[in-house]
Amino acid sequence: MDLKFPADLKYAPTHEWVRMDGDMATVGISDYAQHKLGDIVYVELPAIGVVLEKGSVAGEIESVKAVSELFFPLTGEVIEINENIADNPAFVNSSPYGEGWIMKIKISNPDEIKNLLSVEIYQEMIEKEED
Amino acid sequence: MTSNLTLIFNKGTKRSQHNFIPEMDIDKVDLLEIIPSFFQREDLPLPDIPEVEIVRHYTELSRRNYGIDSGIYPLGSCTMKYNPKINEVIARLPAFSQIHPLQEENQGALELMHHLSEMLREITGMDGFTFQPAAGAHGELTGILIMKKYFENKNLKKNKILVPDSAHGTNPSSAKMAGFSIIEVRSNDMGEVPLDHIEFAMQQGDVAGIMLTNPNTLGIFDRQIKDITNIIHKYGGLCYYDGANLNPMLGICRPKDMGFDIVHLNLHKTFSTPHGGGGPGSGPVGVTKELISYLPDPSIIATEQGFVCREKTNNSIGRIKCFWGNFGVIIRAYAYILALGAEGLKRVGQISVLNANYLRVFLKEKYHLPYDRICQHEFVLSDRGIENNVTTEDIAKRILDYGLYAPTIYFPLIVKGAMMIEPTETESKASLDNFIDVMNNIYNEAKTNPELLKNAPLNTPVKRLDAVLAARNPILKE
Repeated sequence: MDLKFPADLKYAPTHEWVRMDGDMATVGISDYAQHKLGDIVYVELPAIGVVLEKGSVAGEIESVKAVSELFFPLTGEVIEINENIADNPAFVNSSPYGEGWIMKIKISNPDEIKNLLSVEIYQEMIEKEED
Repeated sequence: MTSNLTLIFNKGTKRSQHNFIPEMDIDKVDLLEIIPSFFQREDLPLPDIPEVEIVRHYTELSRRNYGIDSGIYPLGSCTMKYNPKINEVIARLPAFSQIHPLQEENQGALELMHHLSEMLREITGMDGFTFQPAAGAHGELTGILIMKKYFENKNLKKNKILVPDSAHGTNPSSAKMAGFSIIEVRSNDMGEVPLDHIEFAMQQGDVAGIMLTNPNTLGIFDRQIKDITNIIHKYGGLCYYDGANLNPMLGICRPKDMGFDIVHLNLHKTFSTPHGGGGPGSGPVGVTKELISYLPDPSIIATEQGFVCREKTNNSIGRIKCFWGNFGVIIRAYAYILALGAEGLKRVGQISVLNANYLRVFLKEKYHLPYDRICQHEFVLSDRGIENNVTTEDIAKRILDYGLYAPTIYFPLIVKGAMMIEPTETESKASLDNFIDVMNNIYNEAKTNPELLKNAPLNTPVKRLDAVLAARNPILKE
């Protein structure tokens, strides 16, 4: 497997990635997650304005193999969603950290950021999962 | 084989000739006069082609079909056993096929259902049954609605249900549909439910109970089943038994004795009625004494004057299907149970386990068997270690090339690249040996000629379908 995990991102144990910019967090799923799901055929996005706690279900990602839930990696409000992936869910496979981003949330509890995983720890975690 | 897949609707209208319908021997009535004009339409392009073409059209379609009458159908958790033809003969007797639930006398039909209910009570240990549910998941919903009403009557707020990750996918969806939220219980590395997780969940006070399949979708019998149901009961919860995997338990072990309060059966699986092409199925629900009044209305009771329908009770969850459910399926299951008798049913259970273990032992020589234990009616292999990145999907498609049906794939989710194999008791040793040979050939092909598998199936009327394109851009109507 030749999967990529950008070092400047933070990761959730539920396989979302987070890119912080001030109090705005851009969220998507990791290369590992898209690889495990296989060809993604549908992404159910959250509604803009939804406020949810960390760990809540934000939406669903459906591949030909399975349906998987997307979680809020941090507590906050949905400010923007990637409408492009509604029509072209394949972006989540081809470019999980770029065109395949899923949502932007305005976070309300910055203390939670330190509980996200660094790239090293996330990679260790998925190696264990593979065994 | 030609791949002329023209729909019968595109084969022409107003072309009928040489149709062998006898002359009408009653007075002709002009339909335009007796049917009100607002019910009449002229634009109904039904196919109207010569009889011989109709027969050839459907014969051609049937030649492309694969069913249990064609060969082994090892679709795990679906119990695709052979359906004896005597069941069909009996279900077609005019005294069954020509009756209507609203006619004045239906004693025979009511008696049959009452009698079948008694037999199912004996098989499962439960105290009362309804035959209304149309299939397994409908039975689950019925059972969970009973659970819900039971707690509502007690004024207890229980809005969660435990479902192990080795359960059938319909379990969480049925519970969700009934308004519960789901707590998934992770199986341990033996494929069983960890008792401490259940105890912890029940201590929270808002859990109604558990939905469990035993043996589970790994084909593993949970040896701590009595402990599990005891824990649920200790906290006032109810235990629901998904009877989809009842086949290996027949005559050996009963859900009531395991501690279950509600059970659904799949007559179309365990009791040999045709399914797979849309059924219809039948998913009777059985309950303990305490819950009988919650069963759907009406139910049948035996009196000195004969069999009567008991209408409304206060506790009943109400009607969940019109009339008596899929009666034709109920007749077939009845015929099957009578034909085999108690000893025969026990033998069904035993041979279903023997056949599954026979396959398991031979197939694990080459294929990875993640839960390596004696199994019940089914077992789960994975594609781990198959060379050249050949996947479960490739293997399943290649099985079709050998003229057989594939196992259930990518389920249960707890095994990556799962192949869930259930041969059932009706396969002969020769049939099982043939399946082993095919699987071994495919294993070797994965080494020597992986492209063959990647492009499979090659010998079927329709080649590998683009599942991704179909899911991303479904064309639902021409």
